[in-house]
Amino acid sequence: MANVFAFVETRGTDVRKVGLEAVTAARMLAEKSGGGEVHALILGPPGISAKAAQVGQYGADAVVVVEHAGLVNYSPEVATETAADRIKSGGYRAAVFSTSAQGRDLAPRVAARLGVSVVTDVLSFEIEGDTIVVRHPMNIGKVIATIAIAAKPAVIAMRPNVIAPAQNAKAGRVENAQPSIDPATARVKVIETRQGGGGKLDLAEAPVVIAGGRGLKAAENFKLVEDLASAFGNAAVGATRAVTDDGWRPHSDQIGQTGRLVSPELYIAVGISGAVQHLAGMRTSKTIVAVNKDKDAPIFKVADYGIVGDVFEVIPALTAAVREAKKHH
Amino acid sequence: MKIAVCVKRVPDMDVRFRIGADNVSVDEAGLKFDINDFDAWAVEAALKLKDKDAGSEVTVISLGPDVVQETIRKALSMGADRGIQLKADKVPFDGLAIAKALSAELKTGGYDLIFFGKMSPDSSNGVVGPMSAELLGLPCVTAISALEIATGRGTAKRELEGAQEIVEFPLPAVLTVDEGLNTARLPSLKGIMAAKKKPLEVKPAQLGEPQVTVRKLELPPERKAGRVVGEGAAAVPELVRLLQTEAKVL
Repeated sequence: MANVFAFVETRGTDVRKVGLEAVTAARMLAEKSGGGEVHALILGPPGISAKAAQVGQYGADAVVVVEHAGLVNYSPEVATETAADRIKSGGYRAAVFSTSAQGRDLAPRVAARLGVSVVTDVLSFEIEGDTIVVRHPMNIGKVIATIAIAAKPAVIAMRPNVIAPAQNAKAGRVENAQPSIDPATARVKVIETRQGGGGKLDLAEAPVVIAGGRGLKAAENFKLVEDLASAFGNAAVGATRAVTDDGWRPHSDQIGQTGRLVSPELYIAVGISGAVQHLAGMRTSKTIVAVNKDKDAPIFKVADYGIVGDVFEVIPALTAAVREAKKHH
Repeated sequence: MKIAVCVKRVPDMDVRFRIGADNVSVDEAGLKFDINDFDAWAVEAALKLKDKDAGSEVTVISLGPDVVQETIRKALSMGADRGIQLKADKVPFDGLAIAKALSAELKTGGYDLIFFGKMSPDSSNGVVGPMSAELLGLPCVTAISALEIATGRGTAKRELEGAQEIVEFPLPAVLTVDEGLNTARLPSLKGIMAAKKKPLEVKPAQLGEPQVTVRKLELPPERKAGRVVGEGAAAVPELVRLLQTEAKVL
């Protein structure tokens, strides 16, 4: 029996889905090690303490809440110090983070503070005696590594969307705590978090991703992709590297080897040929649909369903059909 | 300014990989190697600062066997001033072990800025930059896509999921580079010639004891061969039917 730590990612006063995934993963690890407790840490500005109950719902026995006016934006140094202090004093078997932009920043810092290594982008985990064994994609997902972690605590960062947040209500005892350092004294300061396109679903979290490539011919034709996304209602819009390099879409929308990794329930590639660097970012999607006028495009090799045709004809027809289908639900 | 850039030699990813006989490494036969893209952008970021301040010196550091000297020479041919190879038989997966070796070297250099790529595609772990920063006790901003340096301070932008952060930091600092920061310059013929004469020091890497080890590598299951549902807008009803009844995603 061993206790497990989870870092719950927030933005402003919102708990992010990856944060609940981390709690769910920590719960699974605790159960696999014979039923220890999960202690979750949540940091944020005034108002964040209201989210502690939600974290308990997902399986945290204790929720450590650090509420501070200086935490409107992410503070890497405050988060590092506070998480490292808590993990040191808690004697945890494992500490679970998320492989998000924030988690990629935080997990290695905390691990280095603890003098232990870290594995990010974890797909699954098992406990074998004193060792935690994880699976981790390498070479842009073309190779899967099985990695043994001897370090204690084992610090891992889960890949988003591989573990669905599961309700598993535990006591969620709230412990209010202070940050380990005053946010005002941090050397690195996030002075602003600019929200892009308010309210839109994020690529990593959306169950449906519609991505556009050069086949759309011009930036303004992304409207076709956006219309299809709005017909689904639960879709985010992505793009290929060619498109973001040309400035049709922001770099943050790029799906691929050097961009975002997504694995939604449904991925629709619109006018995308399927370059290897793009496939690296989406090949683990559950169902892949491709629409491309070139029947020999490599995207058809990975697509479950393909339509060979002009995106300017097919996508509006698909948008209309999806709207119709959604109406009957 | 004194600037260091840590670079890694990585295989070209546009191939079908084979697992080596030891089951824990990729068979390198026939693979093409070059500097990691993110690291090339890190070199470019350093060179852009040197372009503005000719008194700057850019040191390129790479850990690994002697073949990494090619990678260091590539960065020297782009315009970096000197190279350091931290010699090791191979590069371990363990990011902390690598960070220990790099930070032992970096702490002696008195650098104002230390650049890393945000990750390398081969190990895909992305932890060496921020771990090195912690071991060095330096401020760190990861995955930057814009950068401005003023006297003793800097401002960077980071891309998040659906948002951006604007980050201020003091120098000296560690920065890891994301795509979008710049486009790496190509080495000129003159640069390639000059690089041959630039100093490249070889030192043993003081790798820490690994705490994480690769137990086996496997190729992921192939995706089931897909099918073309039809041609043009006429195929849409059949696609929608399959999405509803077979894939159950609509």
